[in-house]
Amino acid sequence: MIVLKDVSKAFGGVQANKKVSLEVEEGKITGLIGPNGSGKTTVFNSIVGYHPIDEGSIQFRGQEISEMPVQSIARLGLLRTFQQTRIYSKMNCVENMLISTDNRNVSLWDMFGSRTSEIQDKAEHLLEFVGLYRKRTLKAGDLSFGQQKLLEFAMALMNDPDILLLDEPTAGINPTLINGLIDRLHRANTEFGITLFVIEHNMRVIMNMADQIYCLSNGQMLASGKPEDIQNDKRVIDAYLGGH
Amino acid sequence: MSIYKRDLMIYVGISIFSIVLALVFPAYITQIAVMFLMVILAQTWDLQGGQMGYNSLGNIMFFGIGMYVSAIIQIAMLYGWGGVGEYTSASGSIKVEIIKSNYLYGMFIGAFAAGIICVLFAFVFGQIFLLFRGPYFAIGTLGMVLAVAELVSSWEWVGAGGGLSLPVYPAEDPTESGRLYFYCFLAISAICFAFISWVVSTRFGLALNAIRDDEAKAEAMGIRTLRYKVSSWMISAFFLGLAGAIFGNMSNFIEPLEVAFPTITFGVFMVVMALLGGKGTVWGPVVGAVIFHIIKETTWTYMLGYQWVALGLLIIVIVIFFNQGIMGSLAERYPHWFGIKIEEDAEEATS
Repeated sequence: MIVLKDVSKAFGGVQANKKVSLEVEEGKITGLIGPNGSGKTTVFNSIVGYHPIDEGSIQFRGQEISEMPVQSIARLGLLRTFQQTRIYSKMNCVENMLISTDNRNVSLWDMFGSRTSEIQDKAEHLLEFVGLYRKRTLKAGDLSFGQQKLLEFAMALMNDPDILLLDEPTAGINPTLINGLIDRLHRANTEFGITLFVIEHNMRVIMNMADQIYCLSNGQMLASGKPEDIQNDKRVIDAYLGGH
Repeated sequence: MSIYKRDLMIYVGISIFSIVLALVFPAYITQIAVMFLMVILAQTWDLQGGQMGYNSLGNIMFFGIGMYVSAIIQIAMLYGWGGVGEYTSASGSIKVEIIKSNYLYGMFIGAFAAGIICVLFAFVFGQIFLLFRGPYFAIGTLGMVLAVAELVSSWEWVGAGGGLSLPVYPAEDPTESGRLYFYCFLAISAICFAFISWVVSTRFGLALNAIRDDEAKAEAMGIRTLRYKVSSWMISAFFLGLAGAIFGNMSNFIEPLEVAFPTITFGVFMVVMALLGGKGTVWGPVVGAVIFHIIKETTWTYMLGYQWVALGLLIIVIVIFFNQGIMGSLAERYPHWFGIKIEEDAEEATS
């Protein structure tokens, strides 16, 4: 679904990504791991068009997207969440959801559309899905960090994306809630048919969830394969435990 | 829903009250008309500054452009487009005999054209200025209005810095023209209020709020942010253009720096009023405009010479004690007045 070929990106003198190639398969859950500063988030930013890439190509369903602006890429059905959660802090949870609907086929007049009960129901249903229904009238900025992460996930689902890029979905979430979140990510994948591409530091989470894992180190692709292969890969263990 | 019924009664009540006020105090009718102008200025500013988080210092430009467009069209309707230059260069020495129906017709056409032209200006300028964010937008729009004012000041065809005088309304008694402009501003401010209340209740309002809270997130979610931002400016420009056109006729005399593009008076007032009342709320700018206008008229009358000091103090008090504005503070303290429901278990659940 997403194919990166030899993507490089440097910030000043720092080579954040160096000839990174990877492929995210449709319908699957793909993981992206690597030590801090290994260039994982840079990969995400490059895919969604946050910054131009220096070289290489990024294709989404066969279409080259490396030169497209952020909004256009989002409207292809390719969405991301942020490591530092981003929600609309002064609006309440329901409003956050209502404005997150799909923008793919909106006309000029849809700008002035009123709130339909259909959209309202969908918003409340998804808030229930992530366990925030009881807090729906609170301002999003008043939620805890973990709850904001859940809200951001619900907002992404509201948009009916084809693929969702999640940047550390479990960071900052209470360990007892993590199992619930893994379950929800699985359901988003199987029930809603959303392809997931996940950056995750929590090895237990990613090893249980992903079908395919890529491991970055120092901006370069270190290893890729099934979770069990990655778990036993000596280079991956070295990168995480020592060396760098 | 009872809250809508209550709102409707408030609207009707205010309209009747203001008409009665104007009839009982005919001597103040011009001040009351200007008060409604202030409501329009504050409301249209809030659509960017409050709802969208784009603090414009240049919205007054549309007011001035509307005024000039309407004036030129009215003159052209009397003398033809070729006669405009001759009329303006005579600097007011050509006195026009005009009958009421022609005057009103000209004013109506001029005001409507002013609104439309301002919408076009907002569309074009918006594509450039609305790409700037935060302080860059504020300073950029300030530069924009100053530049336009300077250009108009040196444009001979529209009277340049000397200004131009408009035909005088052929009133039978002196209070009649006051009443005319009073009803014009009452009508425009009512329509402006109704339109903006409606527009912020739709998806449009949510999108503006989303842009205010986190524009980069809105973009990442695929919202066509520029389209929303430009549309918001076009709505404000339309009502500012109408208001400017009517104010031009009310003043009879148009001059670029003090009347048409009053950046340091009306241009600053519109921001202060919205902040005082509570930016980002529908009623805030209205309440702020009324209170500000009363304070301003009082200090201008009883503290002449120190009126700018009083205004400065007011701004300081707002910033320190009312940083949410009057309506913002009330909404925080009495959310049920505004139909905001917070479920009891929701409060417990967060703690």
